[in-house]
Amino acid sequence: MADTHPEESRRDFLHVASATMGAVGAVAVAWPFIHQLNPAADTLALSTTEVDVSLIEEGMSITVMWRGKPVFVRHRTGAEIDEAETTPLTDLPDPQSDADRAPNPQYLVLVGVCTHLGCVPLGQKATDPKGEYGGWFCPCHGSHYDTSGRIRKGPAPANLDVPDYTFTSDTTIVIG
Amino acid sequence: MAKSFSNPVVRWIDHRLPIFTFMDHELTEYPTPRNLSYWWNFGSLAGITLVIMIVTGISLAMHYTPHVDHAFASVERIMRDVNYGWLIRYIHMNGASFFFIVVYIHMFRGLYYGSYKAPRELLWILGVVILLLMMATAFMGYVLPWGQMSFWGATVITNLFSAVPGVGDQIVTLLWGGFSVDNATLNRFFALHYLLPFVIVGIVVFHIVALHRFGSNNPLGIDTRGPQDSIPFHPYYTVKDMFGLGVFLIIFSVFVFFYPNFLGHPDNYIPADPLVTPAHIVPEWYFLPFYAILRAVPDKLMGVLAMFGAIAVLFILPWLDRSPVRSGQFRPIFRYFFWLFAANCVLLGYLGAKPAEGTYVILSRIATIWYFAHFLIILPLLSIFETPRPLPRSISRSVLGGGAGGMAAATAAPREKS
Repeated sequence: MADTHPEESRRDFLHVASATMGAVGAVAVAWPFIHQLNPAADTLALSTTEVDVSLIEEGMSITVMWRGKPVFVRHRTGAEIDEAETTPLTDLPDPQSDADRAPNPQYLVLVGVCTHLGCVPLGQKATDPKGEYGGWFCPCHGSHYDTSGRIRKGPAPANLDVPDYTFTSDTTIVIG
Repeated sequence: MAKSFSNPVVRWIDHRLPIFTFMDHELTEYPTPRNLSYWWNFGSLAGITLVIMIVTGISLAMHYTPHVDHAFASVERIMRDVNYGWLIRYIHMNGASFFFIVVYIHMFRGLYYGSYKAPRELLWILGVVILLLMMATAFMGYVLPWGQMSFWGATVITNLFSAVPGVGDQIVTLLWGGFSVDNATLNRFFALHYLLPFVIVGIVVFHIVALHRFGSNNPLGIDTRGPQDSIPFHPYYTVKDMFGLGVFLIIFSVFVFFYPNFLGHPDNYIPADPLVTPAHIVPEWYFLPFYAILRAVPDKLMGVLAMFGAIAVLFILPWLDRSPVRSGQFRPIFRYFFWLFAANCVLLGYLGAKPAEGTYVILSRIATIWYFAHFLIILPLLSIFETPRPLPRSISRSVLGGGAGGMAAATAAPREKS
């Protein structure tokens, strides 16, 4: 009983207080060693990429690097845009309208990383398989993406990511 | 000897892998002389510093690039861009200096209290091996930032081996992996700088095994004769070591946070240039006494031999000092010579930082001769001619005063030693 044994309770308090301060100190020391693993300032500084889209012919795609990952920029044909816009949302595992994904429907910008396990889907080159929905096809585990980069079939759980980007002029976009 | 642990999981593991019994035996109940002073803190402190160096070093290696074109820039990137990189590098940089401070104090403690004497000769020798490995590791680590001092320090120190008669030049070429200190040298130094600390850890384990064979020496330098002379390591010395660690970390932090480059050299923030030697090349402070010995000898080969001999003589120290009394407390003449020797080492350090000219050279020669004379002439002669003061009968008697100690000694059975 603390009341009847004041000496013991003081010692207990000291033990708990010391251990607590020790734990706080250990966390404070551990944090710099964990945080050093996070992206460094120069890595964060390289996080935007500028693309001139005027060079992309209709029906063609280019791949650019952004934060070490491929970004697909596709100049879509009218048929591809139609197909993307008319697909009912109920057919989609991860429903999202084409207008939300491509504010300027001519140009579709996607992070070219399959949302399943991180492979780069095929479909950028004219000779690549484009999957059953005419967009992209991931060869690793067979995910099919449509002309809006939305998942239609296969193990991937979500649509291809659309990075943050803005048109700084009619023909230039800045990603990131 | 198996202890019964209350936690069933611990008990299950310990029955199959007696790691908890081992730790209890070596870290908790481990009987330690009851009279250890704060000079005995520096062993565990050195161990902790080694851990600090390994943890910060591995973190730095994750960002460092061992290539002549990128090494300097990668270190600057660590300082500016990597999260807390400045902190980790400054801890590592100053940690090297503090590692040597701690180890040098640890060694002078051993020198004063005769901790190298029987039956602890191998314990001492393993310690000297650790010192040599530390020196090699520190030297190669200093090369990695690839500044001017890195480059020219590496050039000068590797050129020491060109003094070897006959095959000197071939040895140096072998060390360099080329015809000058270059990318191949930097790469191998990085590889070895990463490896050697783990070799040190291995030798430290041997060092501790050898220590625990007979237990710590103590300020009186007499053996523990029974349970009344010792106390369990935990909590008495764990707490004392923790307190010492706290004081150490405060002083260390002052350097890391307020004077991070005080112990370094500004020239090493100039990228390495193989065409321009800095006007005044000085090694890091912890090498200065040995550097002074190197420069004191006018002959190239003899200078190198003297420098290595200054460490080599430590290996045979247990057989040079034949006095049966360990502790300097009971050796009236040895004490004076010990402090003279310590002052001489500081003087050598001072001289190593000065240019090799004029009176500095003459002083360096006197100090170098004194360094070796202390080990090779003074200690052997003292062993013969010095009359030690009478030793106390036991640690407990000395610590607790005649009455209590005498009673404890009378009632406690002599402890079997083995």
